Amino acid sequence: MGKLVDTIRERFADKIVDAHDRQGDETVVVARDHALEVYRFLRDDPEMAFDFLIDLTAVDYFGKTPRFEVVGHLFSLPKCRRLRVKVPVDEKDCRAPSLSSLWKSANWLEREVFDMFGIRFDGHPDLRRILMYPEFEGHALRKDYPHNRRQPIIPERDPVENPWPPRRLGAAR
Amino acid sequence: MTLPAERAEMGTPDRSHEIMELQMGPSHPASHGTIKFNLKLDGETIVDCDVEIGYLHRGFEKMCEQGTWTQVFPYTDRLNYASPLINNVGFALAAEKLAGIQAPERAQWIRMLTSEISRITDHLTCLGMAGVEVGAFTVGLYTNEAREYLYDLVETLTGARLTVSYCRIGGVTNDLPAQFGEVLADRFAKIRAVLADCDKLLTRNRIFVDRMSGVGRLSQEDAISYSLTGPLLRATGVNYDVRKQCPYLFYDQVDFEVPLGSRGDNYDRFLVRFREIEQSMRIAEQCLAKMSAGPVIVSDSRFALPPKRDVYNSIEGLMNHFKIVIEGIKLPAGETYLAVEGANGELGFYLVSDGSGRPYRVRVRPPCFFGMASLSDVLKGHMLADIVTTFGMINMIGGECDR
Repeated sequence: MGKLVDTIRERFADKIVDAHDRQGDETVVVARDHALEVYRFLRDDPEMAFDFLIDLTAVDYFGKTPRFEVVGHLFSLPKCRRLRVKVPVDEKDCRAPSLSSLWKSANWLEREVFDMFGIRFDGHPDLRRILMYPEFEGHALRKDYPHNRRQPIIPERDPVENPWPPRRLGAAR
Repeated sequence: MTLPAERAEMGTPDRSHEIMELQMGPSHPASHGTIKFNLKLDGETIVDCDVEIGYLHRGFEKMCEQGTWTQVFPYTDRLNYASPLINNVGFALAAEKLAGIQAPERAQWIRMLTSEISRITDHLTCLGMAGVEVGAFTVGLYTNEAREYLYDLVETLTGARLTVSYCRIGGVTNDLPAQFGEVLADRFAKIRAVLADCDKLLTRNRIFVDRMSGVGRLSQEDAISYSLTGPLLRATGVNYDVRKQCPYLFYDQVDFEVPLGSRGDNYDRFLVRFREIEQSMRIAEQCLAKMSAGPVIVSDSRFALPPKRDVYNSIEGLMNHFKIVIEGIKLPAGETYLAVEGANGELGFYLVSDGSGRPYRVRVRPPCFFGMASLSDVLKGHMLADIVTTFGMINMIGGECDR
């Protein structure tokens, strides 16, 4: 067991569901309600100093409970080390806290997770699809989405009458 | 700025500052990539910009889950198609980390060598297009010619210019062809001459500098917050190169410098890329010098196909071949993240295996995705024409950004 995950486990005790360093990757699994707090600590604490949110994605463990895991990869440039933070998300309450208040890159990363897995991020300023079009049905990277499923043909969208993204009031300020 | 509505209240109906909505793209001649900018303009000044990506989405991550681990390699070629060999190497290293094996020494040197060749072709593409987009068409032709020198070489090595599929789990498909080193040295000499020409044409060219300098600036804090890596981050002066900070292969055994910028504008991004080409050539030369003869793929029959002699003449060989082709290489259950320095920044692979012959999840961290995320902020307040240069310097590669 690495030193880093021990420190985090000591600091947060029962808020950390699991911690390990299998395959050499240090990993902590955090309960969803405390995820934002743990991420903030990891970014701001001078001992941790994880200044980069390198990646954020999700994995669909179809058939298990909780079904999804939101997986974040952090990198600390001053300490030169990496950490994986996993947040289990249940299918029935498919939500996770947004990290967009901590890192600007979280905005698009969370949009992609929402697009591909249908996980909603609480506190996200602009949660809409990013790779797919708004009329797309379902979430493509879920395991119960067949890879050869056809999508219905959608009518052409008038970009003036019905712009994408929708006009936000005062957005041009 | 006063909004038109406020101005109307003041009794001065002035329509000169009315906000115009403009949709630029998705197939615009000045943007080399399928992308759409939903712009709000005040005259030619960008007030708001919504960047829309996804036009080249092919479901890379979904399709990877349908085949075996080996069948992912052709997909990775098509991520960043300007530097396919780096993608191959990144995926191979991640899969090997999951399997707990290491490629033979010679294979690792070859991977380094090919990565650097790919980095040069990628940078040449980006720089040439940067020139073309501001009207310096000659530079584009010069760099494309230089790139062709290397593509020829890649073709002799892998059989293809772009869709190389050169790496395998546990090594590479074949050894370097005869005389590879001599030809490469000759090609590098030619590329150095081309670079000297481009340097004269661009670096102190008044028009080029005016279009690039001070445009698209990003502070260090913002660059880190946007998780930028590669030339975009290094242009702001942050010294982060995966090859130096978290060395993989034998990057800790070669001598090279990491060029840094200071202002984080388009001109610095251009210079960082320009100087990286020279460093990549240095690394490639050292690889060739340090390489010694040996196998290029592991002989472990769980991971590598047996030689055809054994397949046709022994029952074990035939069985091993059959198992790998039909069932796929079985990587142990678990998950791993491994990053390599792509031409545009940190190219990461997050792999999840359930122990069967097929990937459970393949996630790519595409470096230019983050550059595109920052574009909206970077462009605000700039002119419409600055989109072209800034977008060019982010070097968005649709295959990688949209997957």
